[in-house]
Amino acid sequence: MSDPIKVPTMAEFAATGEVPEVLFWVGCMGSFDDRARKISKAFVRILTAAKVKFAVLGQEESCTGDPARRAGNEFLFNMQALQNVTVLNGYGIKRIVTACPHCFNTIKNEYPALGGEYEVMHHSQFINTLLKEGRITVDGGSFKGKKITFHDPCYLGRGNGEYEAPREVLLKLDAALVEMKRSKAKGLCCGAGGAQMFKEAEPGNKEVNVERTEEAIDTGANIIAAGCPFCNTMLNDGVKHFNKEGNVVVKDVAELIAEAGDL
Amino acid sequence: MSIGAVIFLLAFAGAVIWFTYNVRRIRRNILLGRDVDRTDRAGARWALMAKVALGQSKMVVRPVAGILHIVVYAGFVIINIEVLEIIIDGIFGTHRVLRFMGGFYDFLIGSFEVLAVLTWLGCAIFLVRRFILRIKRFWMPEMTAWPRTDAGLILTFEILLMSAFLLMNAADHTLQGMGAEHYVLAGAFPMSAHLAQFFNFSALAPSTLIGIERFSWWFHIIGILGFLNYLPYSKHFHILLAFPNVWYSKLEPKTEMSNMPRVAGEVKSMMDPSIPPPAAPAEPTNGLPPEHFGAKDVFDLTWKALMDAYTCTECGRCTSECPANMTGKLLSPRKIIMDTRDRLEEVGRVIDAKGKWEDDGKSLFSRISEEELWACTTCNACTQACPVNIDPVEVILDMRRYLVMEESKARQELNAMFTTIENNGAAWAFGPDQRMKWTEE
Repeated sequence: MSDPIKVPTMAEFAATGEVPEVLFWVGCMGSFDDRARKISKAFVRILTAAKVKFAVLGQEESCTGDPARRAGNEFLFNMQALQNVTVLNGYGIKRIVTACPHCFNTIKNEYPALGGEYEVMHHSQFINTLLKEGRITVDGGSFKGKKITFHDPCYLGRGNGEYEAPREVLLKLDAALVEMKRSKAKGLCCGAGGAQMFKEAEPGNKEVNVERTEEAIDTGANIIAAGCPFCNTMLNDGVKHFNKEGNVVVKDVAELIAEAGDL
Repeated sequence: MSIGAVIFLLAFAGAVIWFTYNVRRIRRNILLGRDVDRTDRAGARWALMAKVALGQSKMVVRPVAGILHIVVYAGFVIINIEVLEIIIDGIFGTHRVLRFMGGFYDFLIGSFEVLAVLTWLGCAIFLVRRFILRIKRFWMPEMTAWPRTDAGLILTFEILLMSAFLLMNAADHTLQGMGAEHYVLAGAFPMSAHLAQFFNFSALAPSTLIGIERFSWWFHIIGILGFLNYLPYSKHFHILLAFPNVWYSKLEPKTEMSNMPRVAGEVKSMMDPSIPPPAAPAEPTNGLPPEHFGAKDVFDLTWKALMDAYTCTECGRCTSECPANMTGKLLSPRKIIMDTRDRLEEVGRVIDAKGKWEDDGKSLFSRISEEELWACTTCNACTQACPVNIDPVEVILDMRRYLVMEESKARQELNAMFTTIENNGAAWAFGPDQRMKWTEE
């Protein structure tokens, strides 16, 4: 796991006239947040192992505008979105994969109205395809027989109807997948969506992430699998709240696959 | 024509006229909302309506309430077929005019009786759940005196209607057995026969029985006409609006937010001066307020959001699944929808009184606080839970848009987030030059 990763940019591809198979949209959290950067790297290791010709936008990537739009700032959303659409269309991008369900939702559903039409995949869908096509193989490794519970990100599950891809990926780990009391369509939010990530919660008697983490811990799982950098942060904070860092870890689907495959 | 028939016809005509007036009033109120196209993919819409509204697919997610609701719903709808015969009998003074169907008629009346008993029981269990077990979602803050009374009235009324129906049949059945004049043998009475036995009807004089039968008949039919006219004042209006409301559902992914072409146009023109800015919206001519960015009042919401408001049956499934609500925040999606409806009714009353809209100095914000709006995580648990596809998130986000774009009233940290995005192209304070740093660690 210690080899340095290689992450080519679109600018580099364009300079050689080559076209990547897919653009990896890293997202702000994936680029800047200490915890989420590990997810980006794990996903790059998977892409590299699968010999996927991919690129990132690098400096040319900018916030999709999701939090601005959910916080009511339609002007700022449009400025971000139109700028991104210009860059993406400029490179003739057709396929995009991202590890962030918020970026996924915005680019897939909200950019078409602004002239940006792409095939957009969540990384769990992409990894699932790689596994199905045999481009990467994993066996359970250290996860064999471990209890894993998956937390559905709202913007992937309820929002876009994808409940199965992350679960299919996790089943490849030969682990025991256990469901929380509220899962899939009834899954409980981590508390970060709708721009809540960037503000204090409104007054209440409990934090949403504490409520959700409690439910995850109640399954008896040692691993809480996430598919969203926002959820990941919220659940990590929840685990700390219960002082369970010793026996419960929060891992992204990509991290679990990269670790299991020793990629 | 008998005096009874005349009274019946007058009552019937009055009920239809009053109901039509109220339906038109509600339609006018709904159309105060701004336009949105919800007529694409008609095939998918019919299928959705068949599944969700007719098939009650989202009701049975909670099996106890769901199955009881199907019983009451099926019972109430099917028994109303009998109203057709009741109307004909009422006008022409006939007795069970559809009896020419013979064995099939017996089957129908028998089935209606079974359904009536099940409906009666279903409503009784609903009353127990609501007022004796006091299930939490029926007693939340927005369930003030009127919503609670409304629910109690509806259930009591249905129990009374079913009782009258069964009592009428019991008396009729006994009279038929006595060979009383006018009461020719017709129908099968698997339930009311027991009722007649229980009350020992055969010991009563035919004239008393006729009195019971006539009273129940009138109570049932006048009750139904009255109930029909109660609907427009009640959450019970959902029995009608559930169908169109589901048909006009948002078919896009739940977390997709609608585009605002005017804002997009402004930004496009800002980024590329060769693109002319969009034309200012036409000044409304009919006394309605000018168009806002986002929603300040009901006029700024889509007509579908306003239809949602009239369709809500206050079941509270949205609120019971809301992560903000369950962690003690002020937000309740049900309250957002009820407030929208109550405000719309208030606006409608102004228009009724003055003939056109005149600003009353109030808005949606007179009822819905900023604290409620900023508590939403846009997780869409509420839209998922709603049995009739109401979308509280759309109202919340449209109101946030108004707060931010017209009043510059976001939570302070959100304003900071806006500035960070403007300066760095990221919601974190790192510039583009640091975007690739993660690859170098």
